[in-house]
Amino acid sequence: MATPDRISYWNKTKSLMFVMLGLWVFFGYVIHMFVEQLNTIVIFGFPLGFYMAAQGSLIAFVVMLFWFARRQNAIDEEHGVNEE
Amino acid sequence: MANTTATTAGGGDFTSNLGRIYGIYTGGFIAFIILMAVLSAMGVENVVIGYLFMGFTIVIYAVIGILSRTMHVGEYYVAGRRVPALYNGMATGADWMSAASFIGMAGSLYLLGYDGLGFVLGWTGGYVLVAILVAPYLRKFGAYTVPDFLSARYGGNLARFIGVIVLFSCSFTYVVAQIFGTGLISARFLGIDFNVAVYVGLAGILVCSMLGGMRAVTWTQVAQYIVLIIAYLIPAIWMSTVKTGVPIPQLMQGQALANITALETAQGIAVHHITPFVHGGYDAKNYFLLILCLMVGTASLPHVLMRYFTTPSVREARVSVAWSLLFIFILYFTAPAYAAFAKWTMLDLVASGLTPENIAEKAGWMMRWAAADNTLVQICGKAATDTAAIVAACAEKGVTALSFADINLNADMIVLATPEMAGMPYVISGLVAAGGLAAALSTADGLLLAIANALSHDIYYKMIDQNAPTSRRLIVSRILLVMVAVLAAYVASTKPSDILSMVSWAFSLAAGGLFPALVLGVWWKRANSTGAVAGMIAGFGITLFYLIMTQYGADFDKATPNMELWWGVKNISSATFGLPVGFAVMIIVSLLTKAPSRDMQDFIEEIRVPRGKQLMEEKIA
Repeated sequence: MATPDRISYWNKTKSLMFVMLGLWVFFGYVIHMFVEQLNTIVIFGFPLGFYMAAQGSLIAFVVMLFWFARRQNAIDEEHGVNEE
Repeated sequence: MANTTATTAGGGDFTSNLGRIYGIYTGGFIAFIILMAVLSAMGVENVVIGYLFMGFTIVIYAVIGILSRTMHVGEYYVAGRRVPALYNGMATGADWMSAASFIGMAGSLYLLGYDGLGFVLGWTGGYVLVAILVAPYLRKFGAYTVPDFLSARYGGNLARFIGVIVLFSCSFTYVVAQIFGTGLISARFLGIDFNVAVYVGLAGILVCSMLGGMRAVTWTQVAQYIVLIIAYLIPAIWMSTVKTGVPIPQLMQGQALANITALETAQGIAVHHITPFVHGGYDAKNYFLLILCLMVGTASLPHVLMRYFTTPSVREARVSVAWSLLFIFILYFTAPAYAAFAKWTMLDLVASGLTPENIAEKAGWMMRWAAADNTLVQICGKAATDTAAIVAACAEKGVTALSFADINLNADMIVLATPEMAGMPYVISGLVAAGGLAAALSTADGLLLAIANALSHDIYYKMIDQNAPTSRRLIVSRILLVMVAVLAAYVASTKPSDILSMVSWAFSLAAGGLFPALVLGVWWKRANSTGAVAGMIAGFGITLFYLIMTQYGADFDKATPNMELWWGVKNISSATFGLPVGFAVMIIVSLLTKAPSRDMQDFIEEIRVPRGKQLMEEKIA
């Protein structure tokens, strides 16, 4: 079961998971901790801090998920564990 | 025998024609809206338009439900596992976006300004956790229900049973909120009593899910998504066009925010819409904890996770999570704009010079809502049923000119009332009501199915009678579905709390009870049965304890003082305590007890790779 290829597959899957988790923490929490500072920047009437919570982070989440699906699939194929 | 009824919908022909079928359906729905607009212009009464909107859409869902009826186990529990990623995404969108998203969220954003955005973030970001930590692995395992996975991974029926208890608690709390929402809509737009309206809403829910299980729910949810998204976007686009001349509310929200700030300053309102951490007791701590609880709850709610059991493959399950979030995003990034335009409209109304005497003439819609339920609109602290009542209430307080703060609108009515507030024709109100109904019905269907499946599959079939024939299992499931639904309707008729709080409690219960066991089950081989059972009990127990003690107190009497909040954490974020305790107990107990067997470790290896057959195979009929 635990062949070297499987181990390398799982390591890559884990790294991808941690990258996604890091981005999730950043867009879910970290950026909103600076809302007051960001609100001093105003674009099209949007205070930037408000914008990030209302739209910016949401767009990031959607893009992240499509990227993740592609990336994880590439890892599957590289290691020959994709579904036939 | 098993497959004879599986041809009407869900068969090969149907799946390959999905685009065409739903395309025609969408066109038909738009034609119906135009027809209603014409009828309305010809002088047909408002209440008739309301009935037609709600009646027509419910009939459509019922027809889809009946066409998708099935007596095949795989079809009933997981829609035959052939729902393409994109359509599963749409169905998940409808499953996910409930009365809380459709009715409650923009209203909360209206009242809470920036601090309401915690709901927007919390209910979207959780899908990242669903995709990277849980869904693809449960799909590979091939479960019918979430407790199925717990039982296989943590060897035995104890883990399964606790899983069912958590599932029941969170899904039931959640479904009560949905039935409450359908009752609210029916009461206002059909003009029937709230207590009766709750049961009318219930009938609508049952026709969709009872006959066809997951298959019927999937295809009605796709139809419901289309209705709810059209119904949500049109009023927002309308307001944006009227106010700014540009029909893109999400973009023009910036201009709305600038105007809101200017009007607030002019009217001497100290707490601005855009200022963070000042509204409704949401300091920074409660804001971030709420986001955490909602996100983690997303990745633990069984009715959401089970949607990914219906995709044809692990790969499709991953893509499907991304589609789900895209479809959800379309509504969620419109909600703050919806709220901003509604607030701008209200501030403009106040700026036009409101007095207790002229408000009935300038904003007659407030009186109509106050008449439907006297808690919905209060002016000068009293129900605003007519001019006399308002004048009397304001005279008592010495108010002669009404300010923004004198008018108290309930969060749950703002979206439904916005078309009237902004002076749109009644046909838009009817459309919004149909959309709110679609949102509540679709989520209630998913939830009731999750509960009934857990009771029939996990309790009845797996724990009580392993030899039960298929037909009996499916009949048991349907009977349980109706019983749970009636019980939920009864609880909803007692109006336990507002929609958004009830839904948030469900998220915390799921997060505290299930998240550690699900995630560590896949990602930590050392997690064992004893650890998982202890962790689930501890995590769920603390969450439930905090929730009940702070909401009702030990004596279950709302009137007497309840337990003090711990460190000021609101009880909608109860999983703040349950989650770390659940993880800690599960890890410590696992390490103190025996490591899982070699077989179990191989089982985990197998779950982690997409290739190979799914691990749980169902014997057919």
